[in-house]
Amino acid sequence: MQPLISFQALARSDGFRKLQWPLLALAGLLLFNLVFSPEFLRVEIKNGHLYGSTIDIFNRGAPVMLLALGMSLVIATGGVDLSVGALMAVSGAVAAILISRAHLGAMTAALGAIAAGLAGGAFNGVLVSLLRVQPIVATLILMVAGRGIAQLLSGGQIITFRNPGLEFLGGGYFAGLPFAISVVACVFVALGLFMRQTALGLFVEAVGNNERASRYAGISTGLIKFSVYLVSGGCAGLAGLIVASNIRAADANSAGLWLELDAILAVVIGGAGLTGGRFYLFNSLVGALLIQTLTTTILTRGIPVEFTLVVKAVVIIGVCLIQAEDFRRMLRGVWRPKQLGQARPK
Amino acid sequence: MNRMGGRKLNVQQLPLFATAAVFVVLYAIAAFRYPGFFSARVLANFFTDNAVLGIVAVGMTFVILGGGIDLSVGGMIGLSSILLARLIETSHLSALLAAMLLIVLGAGFGAAMGALIQFFALPPFLVTLGGMFFARGLGFVIALQSISISNPTYAQLAEWRLPLWGKIGLPLTAIVFILVFVLGLFLAHGTRFGRNVYALGGNENSALLMGLPVAATKIGIYSLSGALSALAGVVFTLYTFSGNPTAGNGLELDAIAAVVIGGTLLTGGVGYMAGTLLGVLIFGVIQTALTFEGTLSSWWTRIAIGGLLLIFILLQKVCALGSAHQRVP
Repeated sequence: MQPLISFQALARSDGFRKLQWPLLALAGLLLFNLVFSPEFLRVEIKNGHLYGSTIDIFNRGAPVMLLALGMSLVIATGGVDLSVGALMAVSGAVAAILISRAHLGAMTAALGAIAAGLAGGAFNGVLVSLLRVQPIVATLILMVAGRGIAQLLSGGQIITFRNPGLEFLGGGYFAGLPFAISVVACVFVALGLFMRQTALGLFVEAVGNNERASRYAGISTGLIKFSVYLVSGGCAGLAGLIVASNIRAADANSAGLWLELDAILAVVIGGAGLTGGRFYLFNSLVGALLIQTLTTTILTRGIPVEFTLVVKAVVIIGVCLIQAEDFRRMLRGVWRPKQLGQARPK
Repeated sequence: MNRMGGRKLNVQQLPLFATAAVFVVLYAIAAFRYPGFFSARVLANFFTDNAVLGIVAVGMTFVILGGGIDLSVGGMIGLSSILLARLIETSHLSALLAAMLLIVLGAGFGAAMGALIQFFALPPFLVTLGGMFFARGLGFVIALQSISISNPTYAQLAEWRLPLWGKIGLPLTAIVFILVFVLGLFLAHGTRFGRNVYALGGNENSALLMGLPVAATKIGIYSLSGALSALAGVVFTLYTFSGNPTAGNGLELDAIAAVVIGGTLLTGGVGYMAGTLLGVLIFGVIQTALTFEGTLSSWWTRIAIGGLLLIFILLQKVCALGSAHQRVP
């Protein structure tokens, strides 16, 4: 029997190698905070719960972490899912309506919201796998229409609700930590087991590497593609539910706004290129954490919030450049001009 | 094979005809339903109300024809509008000079993104996403709230109408849109640059092997899109007499949707500039019809656009299947 995790293999693995940069950046950010605002890293125990900026980062980053997990799989097949932010709005609206208008229980509302996300994912999946529409276009439809559907459901208003069961999801504590963290951990472990302890993960990566070859090798590529969009939609549904539960309201206008871009960014920071063929679930989580740490750092440092976007832009371009072979070659040329003529490593 | 008037019906032109048909049908339904819809004033308003979207969509058409995508246009509109207001109000620059400065800035911004995409082989999606965050963030850094422009000549400029017939006149915004469209039409179908864009979008490697200036074309495409979005930001200030860092939020989606509805394939290399105009006009019909209806809410626009996108994408698939049958293997 193969051990579940072999640390030696892990250290040598491709995913770990790609984790070095994001971890370095994360460590740098934390060090910066340690020096300039020491209270940043302090964790206190109040009423048996853990409090502190670092806990807060995990809590606030939970929706993007969930989206990034689903997005990793979609990007691994060579696609992209732009609709997740809009699906979050739909899912939140569905949950709020089921609770406050239909007076159903928390469980039903939660299942309904996740079902809404899954339905959106299935729609994307059918377009991409069955009708062979380009992923960027196929998911653009729901990105444009999804928020409209959410507003239609909620009548253009912010629907507030009070329900202890549902509020626990985004505001409750489990084992001293915000419950949202447990949700992310569960999804991560479940997806990780499904993908890496079975051949499913290989299939997903194979489809992204060479779809035709995978089909000839006997993989039902259509089903794989459909499933990843379904998973991504489900993650979006869950993320929308957490956001709605956290603010005890469904806001169709701003729930999940631009989060699809954050999720894509998280995956790319994690080292999986947009061209597909690879996914690293843990790296995507680290990527999402890095984005949230950056945002929280900017907030706690008192740097004007408007700089967040500029910093994010610099991060995106920086990450892209670090991963670009041409740029690394150029840097190597600058540092070691003598080796300029060397062959391009491939 | 179908024959129409002695000419072969080009399958690639089918989406264009379909878009035109949808526009006519939508317009006819609206004209039938709402008295006063079928009037020159409403038609003129299509151009006036959608000038910002239209100008951006012309640039986006080039980007998509060239096989790329530009998410930064909305952010650029915000940056350009707030910077214009700041330049006029605080630095007391003349409006024309400020506008020209901004267009140059937009072109430079686009060229920088194009250079990153070309020379480091970065995905356009991510680079222009960075561009979007950068431009939007810079806009917020300049001012968090909108700055109103109290320049009297500016108000005159916005009030001015080119008299057409009767009492109906075209404002400057619509004229700029039409001029940009004509320029785009000429650039796409009448110049070497246009041919290069089509070749680049069709197959970049082939274009490179044919000796076409791939790098210059790609950078040119993005700087054109950047310049046009900066111009759109200037046009935006003519509506509101103010610059706003949130201007054009989400407009990149509308522009992409208008281009796709206009029959341009997102894979690049296939499409027509005229289709984009029709796509923008369809936006206009839907929005105007919703205001005529009065009771329908604004979110129906988004749902209708999503539905139209779906229909046109499916239509393009059918057309692609048709042309695949024609092609000799």
